[in-house]
Amino acid sequence: MTSPTPLETHGLTRENLLEIDYFLRLTRTLEERLVALFRQSKVIGGLYRSLGQEGESVAAAYALDYALGDVVQPLIRNMGSILVAGAKPSDIVKQYMAKADSPTRGRELNIHFGHPARDGFIGQISMLGDMIPVMAGIALAGRMQKRHLVGMAFIGDGASSTGAFYEGMNFATVQRLPLVVILENNGYAYSTPTSKQSAVRSLADKAHAFGCASETVDGNDVLATYAAARRAVERARAGGGVTLIEAKTFRMKGHAEHDNQSYVPQSLIEEWSAKDPVVRFEKTLVDAGIATAADFEMIQSRAKREVDAATDEAERSPMPNPEEAARGLFAGDGFWEEQR
Amino acid sequence: MPLTTYLDAIREAMVEEMRRDPRVFLIGEDVGSYGGAFKTSAGMIEEFGAERVIDTPISEVAIVGAASGAALMGMRPIAEMQFIDFITCAYDMLVNFTATSRYRVGSGCPIVVRGPAGGGTHGGPFHSLNPEAMFMNRPGLKIVAPGTAYDAKGLLKSAIRDDDPVLFIEHKFLYRRIKEELPADDYIVPIGKANVRRSGKDLTIITWGSMIYVADDAAAELAKDRVSVEVIDLRSILPFDEEAILNSVAKTNRVIILHEAPLTGGAGAEFAARIAEKAFDYLDAPIKRIAALDVPTPYSPPLEAFYLPDREKVIAAARELLRY
Repeated sequence: MTSPTPLETHGLTRENLLEIDYFLRLTRTLEERLVALFRQSKVIGGLYRSLGQEGESVAAAYALDYALGDVVQPLIRNMGSILVAGAKPSDIVKQYMAKADSPTRGRELNIHFGHPARDGFIGQISMLGDMIPVMAGIALAGRMQKRHLVGMAFIGDGASSTGAFYEGMNFATVQRLPLVVILENNGYAYSTPTSKQSAVRSLADKAHAFGCASETVDGNDVLATYAAARRAVERARAGGGVTLIEAKTFRMKGHAEHDNQSYVPQSLIEEWSAKDPVVRFEKTLVDAGIATAADFEMIQSRAKREVDAATDEAERSPMPNPEEAARGLFAGDGFWEEQR
Repeated sequence: MPLTTYLDAIREAMVEEMRRDPRVFLIGEDVGSYGGAFKTSAGMIEEFGAERVIDTPISEVAIVGAASGAALMGMRPIAEMQFIDFITCAYDMLVNFTATSRYRVGSGCPIVVRGPAGGGTHGGPFHSLNPEAMFMNRPGLKIVAPGTAYDAKGLLKSAIRDDDPVLFIEHKFLYRRIKEELPADDYIVPIGKANVRRSGKDLTIITWGSMIYVADDAAAELAKDRVSVEVIDLRSILPFDEEAILNSVAKTNRVIILHEAPLTGGAGAEFAARIAEKAFDYLDAPIKRIAALDVPTPYSPPLEAFYLPDREKVIAAARELLRY
């Protein structure tokens, strides 16, 4: 028996670490289930995998304190972050299956749901970059309401090219708002490599345009990502303003299920496959003597049980009544007050 | 009684609502210490402080986006566009995020976006926009366009209190030209209700914004020939007062729709279609639209005057309809 490798856990207890592993496993298991449902044509719209990016999604979101009112805003590959914030797997499956009792009652797709004050997370819109100004407004409201909440926005290498990103980052920094922005550099925006997206050497360098704090982190290192996010959250909560964190990671699947990403060199996929964040995190815990294979088996069976139950619940749910399409545009028609 | 300008009516509505409701705040470019490009918010930062009268970078997306995020958190933001033309910079945010938020995910986003619109002030192509039509086909926004100081104050209060986003189009030509006695007490003008400015029986002019005064002038001139014109100030573009429109057409059987934005694809097209669908049997003459030319707003006064609808164009159209 080898002696354990000492591990810097950044204040995380064993219980915390195992909970992070649970969210990692839950994300991956739920997504694998969604792939199966997609192949059965039960997922109505597209399916955008986060394989390989679960580590930074979960780790960064785990640095927030939802009891204080913190709000996380995912992009399409950050399903893990909203699970950490408390999203129910059954709600996510219902969203994908366009069911009547999904959180958006069939109006919206996948993880486009959530109310910042009620749920601790807010769904993105597809016009990338737009959520940075919106998250700045959420942080601004929190400050005006004298709540010490922090907002965390995920954005991608592609979305960091948009004007909305620049306007939002600049405004938030000028206003010194409590905002943490996780800039996921996963190598590709649809088929466009990061090198054709931005000419900066490191995407974190974009922070110089705003004057906010920044750092680059290995997004496939769960503990390093957590530590960077935690530092940024603490800075934000203390009044230190915005932090831009570039999380270097890799998109292991195509843009969506229809895309075989033939444009990605096989060598890159192999290189990043060896850096799988879940495998790596669990090995670290084992090497440090914090957890054993048996712990992970228990966590995996819990995740599978929950995903099974979520799938069963979603499969039983009805599709919406067609005429509901005409309701709920404005307040006052009672649509959103009705029990779903 | 002192007279209140259209501009001061807008400021009074903001100030009174901010005193009444701590959730209300103003955000925009130069709205703070400078008091706004038109001085609409003059003195407000002194009363409410920089936390509730927020100066921003030149970032319309950030202004509308941040207002929307704050609204989701329970605030009641008023976002100022320095000129309403610049709302096109925030068009994506407004129509895709703000307007759809309740329908898509059940999260109401009660912001007011307001700013100076319209021509007649030689502002040229980028400072003269009438933006209503470009928002009418993107569900989720309410659109109001007051033409009087009374309506400016009452509609702005309604807009701020509304649970959904409202585009408040103020006409800058009217800012200091219109002065009225306003009630001292708190009042609102409901969104979606037209005002019959002038009652008549021979012909209806449906209009809004600064064009109500063009309609008034034309009606007064036509009255000399004993033509009785009904002038309807729509006030709200969306939702619009269909009942008031149809009732008036049923009474007069002739209708002109007068607006300051260009003709093609303008809001008037929607009202004309609605009349054709629902009041065809009442019409004694074609529905007539009078609007600006289908070109950008030109700068030079003779060009702009030719571009804009005016009294003579309305009178000529009225005489044409009366021949049927």
